[in-house]
Amino acid sequence: MIGQSSWDWQPGKRRIQEAAACSSDVVWMEEPVASPDGERLAVVVNLEDAVFGLCVNGELLEETFEKIWGLGFSPDGRMTAIVSREMEWTVAVEGVPWETTFGFVWNLSFSRSGDRIGAAVQQEMSYGVAVDGVPWPELFDNASNFALSADGLHSAAVVQTVSMGAADIEAFQKGCYSIAVDAKAWDRSFVNVWSPVFDPEGSRVAAQSRQSLYDYTVVVDGTPWDQTFASVWEPAFHPKSGAVVAPVRSGGKWGMAENGTLVWPARYSQLWHQAFDESGATLAAIAAPSYGRFTVAVNDRPWENSFSVMTDLAMSPDGRHIGALGKEEDDWTVIVDDRPWPGRYDMIYPISVSPDGGHAAVRAERNGRFLIVLDGKEYGETFERAWDPIFNPEGDKVLIRGIQEGTCFRIVAGVEDF
Amino acid sequence: MEATAEKAEEKKYVDAGIQKGLDALTPEKVEKAINRVFRAETGARLKAYEEICVRCGLCADGCHYYLSHEGDPAYAPVGKVKQTLWKLLKKRGRITPEELERVALVAYTECNLCRRCAMYCPLGIDTAYIITVVRRLCHLLGITPRYIQDTAHSHSVTMNQMWVKEDEWIDSLLWQEEEAREEIPTLRIPLDKEGADIMYSVIAPEPKFQPQLIYYAAVILNECGMDWTMPSMPGWDNSDMAMFTGDVELMGRLKRSHFERAQKLRVKRVVMGECGHAFRAVYDVGNRWLGWRDFPVEVVHAIDFYWQMLQEGRLKVKKKFERPVTLHDPCNIVRGRGLHEKARDLVRAFCSNFTEMHPNREHNYCCCAGGGVINCGPPYKKVRVEGNSIKADQLKATGAEVVIAPCHNCHSGLKDIIEAYDVGMELSFFSEIIYECMEKPNAVEG
Amino acid sequence: MHQVYGFVVGPLAWIAFAVFVLGSIWKMYTMYRSAKTRDGQVLAYWNLKYALRSIIHWSVPFWPVNSRRHPFMTIVSFTFHICLVLVPVFLLAHVMLWDYYHGFRFWSLPEGAADVMTFLVILACLVFAVRRILLREVRYVTSAMDWAVLAIVFLPFLTGFLAYHQIGPYRVMIILHILFGEIMLAAIPFTRLSHMLLSPFSRGYIGSEFGGVRKAKDW
Repeated sequence: MIGQSSWDWQPGKRRIQEAAACSSDVVWMEEPVASPDGERLAVVVNLEDAVFGLCVNGELLEETFEKIWGLGFSPDGRMTAIVSREMEWTVAVEGVPWETTFGFVWNLSFSRSGDRIGAAVQQEMSYGVAVDGVPWPELFDNASNFALSADGLHSAAVVQTVSMGAADIEAFQKGCYSIAVDAKAWDRSFVNVWSPVFDPEGSRVAAQSRQSLYDYTVVVDGTPWDQTFASVWEPAFHPKSGAVVAPVRSGGKWGMAENGTLVWPARYSQLWHQAFDESGATLAAIAAPSYGRFTVAVNDRPWENSFSVMTDLAMSPDGRHIGALGKEEDDWTVIVDDRPWPGRYDMIYPISVSPDGGHAAVRAERNGRFLIVLDGKEYGETFERAWDPIFNPEGDKVLIRGIQEGTCFRIVAGVEDF
Repeated sequence: MEATAEKAEEKKYVDAGIQKGLDALTPEKVEKAINRVFRAETGARLKAYEEICVRCGLCADGCHYYLSHEGDPAYAPVGKVKQTLWKLLKKRGRITPEELERVALVAYTECNLCRRCAMYCPLGIDTAYIITVVRRLCHLLGITPRYIQDTAHSHSVTMNQMWVKEDEWIDSLLWQEEEAREEIPTLRIPLDKEGADIMYSVIAPEPKFQPQLIYYAAVILNECGMDWTMPSMPGWDNSDMAMFTGDVELMGRLKRSHFERAQKLRVKRVVMGECGHAFRAVYDVGNRWLGWRDFPVEVVHAIDFYWQMLQEGRLKVKKKFERPVTLHDPCNIVRGRGLHEKARDLVRAFCSNFTEMHPNREHNYCCCAGGGVINCGPPYKKVRVEGNSIKADQLKATGAEVVIAPCHNCHSGLKDIIEAYDVGMELSFFSEIIYECMEKPNAVEG
Repeated sequence: MHQVYGFVVGPLAWIAFAVFVLGSIWKMYTMYRSAKTRDGQVLAYWNLKYALRSIIHWSVPFWPVNSRRHPFMTIVSFTFHICLVLVPVFLLAHVMLWDYYHGFRFWSLPEGAADVMTFLVILACLVFAVRRILLREVRYVTSAMDWAVLAIVFLPFLTGFLAYHQIGPYRVMIILHILFGEIMLAAIPFTRLSHMLLSPFSRGYIGSEFGGVRKAKDW
């Protein structure tokens, strides 16, 4: 999230809006969405047959549409939705549609600061990406797996570079897919290429690829690694050296390769979702040291606690604290630095880490009620519905957004209030 | 006259997928792949099966191909193992292209991996597993029938089996939602609803060819008052033909995409449509390759879900379906997941005139389409239809007008059999009958 | 002749037992190691409850559907396997040998019963042989090895039966009987007869999968 310093961090609880209220008569409404700063509550409302509007803090916005989906907020707090009129689709920002319309729009994505909004688009059955309403100058037979760089200045997608007939397996196996960055496809095409990933500066792109039906590798800026593997997962860039690391499968086990060379020996039943800290000194990943048992491996050292399912790795910027979510039977818990929190929950959402790395907080669900949990301690109030907690820049306060008895509240709590 | 199936091969349809692979093979390549599959990728299980099989032939009656071919031994499960695994182990790199072609045809088109024969072997040998390993080898050798290979290609690009593009998928959901609102004005197909109780997933033929099935499911989920969602992004397709071509790496990629989509949406469970092989892929095969012992997210088959809705009183019967029905037990959800009694509870709740087919439950005959056989395409339709005359006999004997087949593959396979043998039956999914006969409190009177 | 007899009941017997025992241990160990290193899932899904459920169902004649489809084969097969195990272990003459050489004795079968059981094994072997020739699905998959294994099982019983009834030259027959018995023992870990060691695991594993994962019957 962006701009937290300007938000209201006065401790206390403030009523925002009655969740089901709207200034106009509505037939029915969808579930509301809270803005990051907790000041606004937005909802899609049905006004009459095939007429939909957006209601923000109870006020119906002027523009209405035939269809609306994907309502949300950008990191800088702007309300976004995918909207349609007369079979044309576009993105509405604060209820105002982009001037350009498309055959279809989906997969909204934001720059880190939220100042740029990208989307996958289809125009007259050609495919590409549009950023802030401006489509790529050149579109493709197909484009998918769209990604936006952190600064939002560059966009990439998997594109089809060669047309294929129905069931033309020969053409496919010669390679018909590549990555286009800012509408320009790499020189080489591949049998498959998946999920482009930008480096932090947005200047380089890495992706998983299949060179033949059997040889998987990582392609960086169009050039594959020299080594191939039985499979690979998403690559990640080292934040300082620019080296590319990816989990690779070899001899029936998974290890971590850097620029094509194994740096963690292939000894895991599973290894994925790797992440670096800001300095690049710590590399952590979700790993299964033995069949069916998952944990976190930090610089190739697995934790002692293991779970049947493990997700959502999170790391403090300095890499000193690492958290993840673990599930055993139907119970979820948070594990930070190899120590599970005491609470067990029916569901836990991704971990928020305070900017100084000193605290971790999550939204969790138990018996249909939502709670906010910080460093293993539950906040005293529960909610019918809640959103993820957000730390203030100093890391000593948490913004809690939730609905109680039909009303949305915004609560600022100190970390000592838990 | 020993083995007519072997001789019947003389007719010769040249499968571009298999032929292309055969042309590129050398004895060294074959030897290398054999070593990889039999020495590195498999272990005690295959070795034990190979070694302890006493060649008693008692598995023969387990196979619908065998029963439909007047006891032609080449169609007995052990006969198929002889033509594939034993031959490969014996000849290794010296196996001829003709023999290899036969290996591929047996593995891909003459076995549905239905596991019925596993219940007929006194030693508990799982022939479907052996054939799966053979398919793995065929994949590594690049001798996969063209149409199923194309399906695997589609999976690899789009994460769905029908080349459905990202926008086409969302558009079909929005379209079905719009259609359904004519009947139920408040109906929603909620896209990407984080924290919903249920993610509903389907196989790609639904948005491509049978969108009404999504409509029916949406009506049922809505009228039962469920908190549910469907994902806008890939991971919505639970099907997995890569599992059947032997491309386990791709299979894992698909299953990861499906499960991680559900995890990301924070749903408690995935409810999947009436498909069998997809269920096998999630509960039995794909999850294992990824290292998950059980479901990372609980997956509930449509039958189980409808049954739960019925038990909880959320799903209410408004009128009974009166035409005489029978029920086909799909392998992957009955032998594969024990849902046969729940299926019968549903039939009894919604249908007034139900006749069992015999044999039934775990011992039901396969549809002969599953295991990827139907996905090998039109060239092998004859193999499927001739290989399952026993099914036609079994269906006819019920005298029913409608056969409920809660699996897409079974549906398509039975359709061909019903036509070819003039059985004169209609096919139905549970969702069609439930949609027709349930109470819809939010529907407009019309 | 006496020296030959002394050899087959002495050193050769030791060798046969050693091959059987050590071979069986080796077999089980390599199988376990292979399962652990290359088939980890087999161990992960092994479930004793469902393994036993499957073993018990298949140990009762006419419980599994397929055993009802082949009633004659079911009777022959159960009779064969029961006699095949009981006769060599509990035959009075064998028990006496244990007593004579190692000084311990245990319960033995009544002689008449043992004689009948031996005859049943011989008959069953003949049934199996006829099946191999007459039934297409069996003939199609029969190789020389299958005949060899059948002979390995058949010969010790045949020679034992002939010796007991003093048909043919007794001393030759008894030596052949001992020799064939030793061959059978030594062959167990290294031929299809290893199903004696491995079938509880193959049966148990499919039972574990059907019961534990697939929630269905496997009989």
